[in-house]
Amino acid sequence: MRARSVLTSAAAALAFATLASLAASAIAATDAPDPAADAKAFKKFFTDKFPKVKVEDFVNGPYSMNEDMHKQWEEKEQFPPYEFALEAGKEMFSKPFKNGKTYADCFANGGIGIRQNYPYFDEKEGKVVTLELALNRCREANGEQPYSYVKDEMASLTAYMAFTSRGKPMDIKIPSDPRALAAYENGKRYFYTRRGQLNFSCATCHVQSPGERIRAEILAPAYGILNAMPIYRSEWNGMGTISRRFITCNSQTRAVPLEPQSDEYRDVEYFLSYVANGLPISGPGARP
Amino acid sequence: MLTRSSLTRRLVLKGAGSVALIGLGFGTTPVFAAANDKYPEEAFKQKSDADAIKALYGKSAEASDKVKLDAPEIAENGAVVPIAVTTTLSDVTSISFFASENPNALAASYVIPAGTLPAVANRLKMAKTCNITAIVESGGKLYSATKEVKVTVGGCGG
Amino acid sequence: MASSIRVRATANGDLTDVQALIQHPMDSGFVKDAQGQLIPPHFIQQLTFEHNGKTVFLADWGPAVSKDPYVKFSFKGGAKGDDLKISWVDNKGATDTTTAKIG
Repeated sequence: MRARSVLTSAAAALAFATLASLAASAIAATDAPDPAADAKAFKKFFTDKFPKVKVEDFVNGPYSMNEDMHKQWEEKEQFPPYEFALEAGKEMFSKPFKNGKTYADCFANGGIGIRQNYPYFDEKEGKVVTLELALNRCREANGEQPYSYVKDEMASLTAYMAFTSRGKPMDIKIPSDPRALAAYENGKRYFYTRRGQLNFSCATCHVQSPGERIRAEILAPAYGILNAMPIYRSEWNGMGTISRRFITCNSQTRAVPLEPQSDEYRDVEYFLSYVANGLPISGPGARP
Repeated sequence: MLTRSSLTRRLVLKGAGSVALIGLGFGTTPVFAAANDKYPEEAFKQKSDADAIKALYGKSAEASDKVKLDAPEIAENGAVVPIAVTTTLSDVTSISFFASENPNALAASYVIPAGTLPAVANRLKMAKTCNITAIVESGGKLYSATKEVKVTVGGCGG
Repeated sequence: MASSIRVRATANGDLTDVQALIQHPMDSGFVKDAQGQLIPPHFIQQLTFEHNGKTVFLADWGPAVSKDPYVKFSFKGGAKGDDLKISWVDNKGATDTTTAKIG
């Protein structure tokens, strides 16, 4: 695999323009949204591009793209750095609120083994509800202060919930409700739209260049990219939530980050999770 | 019961000077004559590999293909670099790791008592691309293996 | 269990395989905080593993050991059900200790 600095020449910029249209065709442009066809095409794009990668391995992000990295990841997984956050999350999850209720009262199956169903489209509210949002709503409904979406408490809680779903296939539903389809399309549009000073879209890195280097980092494939969340990043020397990662991705590409759980972020999480349906939940994860 | 390690801890905490623990011999083998349990403060203060090895062992090492050093080509992140050593050498009493471009070369040193396998895996910080050297003390002599590990994101907070 | 030490000790024939992960910042003293002030060094210096009163492994660590340090080794003579005692002392004189069963 050639190491290629994505930021160098004008030739690269031209290549982007060409590849952008190729990437766009990874999802067939249709007049009527067809998420099922999108998901099929999305999966095919990545499995065609990386025929040697076992399909369930895509959830390991950059580690599935590079042998040297995969060995380092295997070593870390023997006794993973997210171990402490996971334990903290389990404790937090079972500790009752001041009013005596617990998180289990807010979720199906007591909150155990349900992470793969998030995000879902809430037909009453008419919006996408993510797991992080649901957890804070649970807190507020029970008289507690919401947690920051980008700090350790939310990361620990979602780490525990992801852990209870490990191995279960991502199972996102899009009801045949025009608002749900619109949210899905909105997320897809956000994913493919270029923004910021570097003029990158999410697809620029994660559809066009998975396995390649952007400066020093190996890029993860978009297929299954949320399955390992939340992640312990060596770069952060700590855990991070999906909210944190979306915000830092925006900042790193010199685009204006949005507020955590803003509509676009909820919708892009909906889109990315849906097209990864069938891939196993592997969270919490460790990343460089 | 006054075990070797509880004695060591008390000495470390009291900041005691160099104490020869060899003579205490609670039925352990003379293997401890080569390595002792005192924290090698001076060795950790040295800058270069050579000075740190000298301070730690008082001798120098010869390269040996019997020391197998496992380290990545390119560290995914300099803050957490998984590095391991195994060896076919016998009578091993100590294993240590050095990173030539770290502010202080000695990263970690391990006392290997009789009955413990001469193999260690750990995770170290690397400030930048440099040589990782593993030293194995066997039969009172030092043997080494070195590998360059590339680091793109420094492990010291850069 | 509020100990900082997590350990997995497994009997494997006549060997006991040990992995330990310890919650500790392992601050090197070279990193600055958000205000530009150096964060003082704060790291484990010695980590000891004992079985039947005998030290089976002793780690001398400097600040170049990663945060939440990990170590893996194996020793002979342990058996399932035996105790393995692990303790550490850091550069500030703080200590922690735990006893795990070999599984």
